[in-house]
Amino acid sequence: MASIRISVPDTAAKGEVIELKALLQHPMESSITAFACTYDGEVVSESNFFPSAAANPFLVFYTVATQTGPMEFKWTDQNGESWSQTAQLVVT
Amino acid sequence: MTMMHRPAILTRRTLLATGACTVLISAVPARAEDAPDAVKEAQQAMFGDRPVQDGRVSLKLPPIAENGYSVPLTVDVESPMTAADHVQRIAIFSPRNPVTTVAAFTLGPRTGRARVEPRIRLAGTQAVIAVAEMSDGTLWSGSKETVVTLAACVVL
Repeated sequence: MASIRISVPDTAAKGEVIELKALLQHPMESSITAFACTYDGEVVSESNFFPSAAANPFLVFYTVATQTGPMEFKWTDQNGESWSQTAQLVVT
Repeated sequence: MTMMHRPAILTRRTLLATGACTVLISAVPARAEDAPDAVKEAQQAMFGDRPVQDGRVSLKLPPIAENGYSVPLTVDVESPMTAADHVQRIAIFSPRNPVTTVAAFTLGPRTGRARVEPRIRLAGTQAVIAVAEMSDGTLWSGSKETVVTLAACVVL
């Protein structure tokens, strides 16, 4: 149903600001209300979407590479259903 | 037949051209103090009665958005993004959409860079407004006009 594409660099230097891209292709228009990116257990980016946000939300955002750990991208719709995908970031 | 119709077509073209020019001339960038009522209400609902100042927020939008259903937007805020001084929230408002608030982003010192690039829907030509809330509680805003050729009718 929903297809997720995320872009996270494989490696980053400690303290480096990295660019993250997230795309959720979702057939239900305007129902995605929230997006969060959790980095090593801590929420580093949160978004709230209203009906004026485009369908199939694509978002580019940034975070500081602090330590090696998983990055989880999670979308939630208005019914509480969620989709997520995780990528591993190695910090050198 | 054609001869008889030509003057009418020319008149209509002239009228349309005049109309288009008027729209372009009247497209003056909006400022925080003269933000439309719908945007003011939406800002108050989100940030309360705090004053909104112009500056520090810049928006990037295509000059002509061919598809109003998905318009790429970049919001940049001037901020060092340190623990002491960072952007807490960026909110995007549309004066012409049925739902004025488009999206809100929560940021912090771990964000590293005060920039978000979402895609938004626009129900017609308008000046999109972004407001940034700083860690000291001040509010800053910027806006950018875009001409929408295919308007999105935002379904609610």
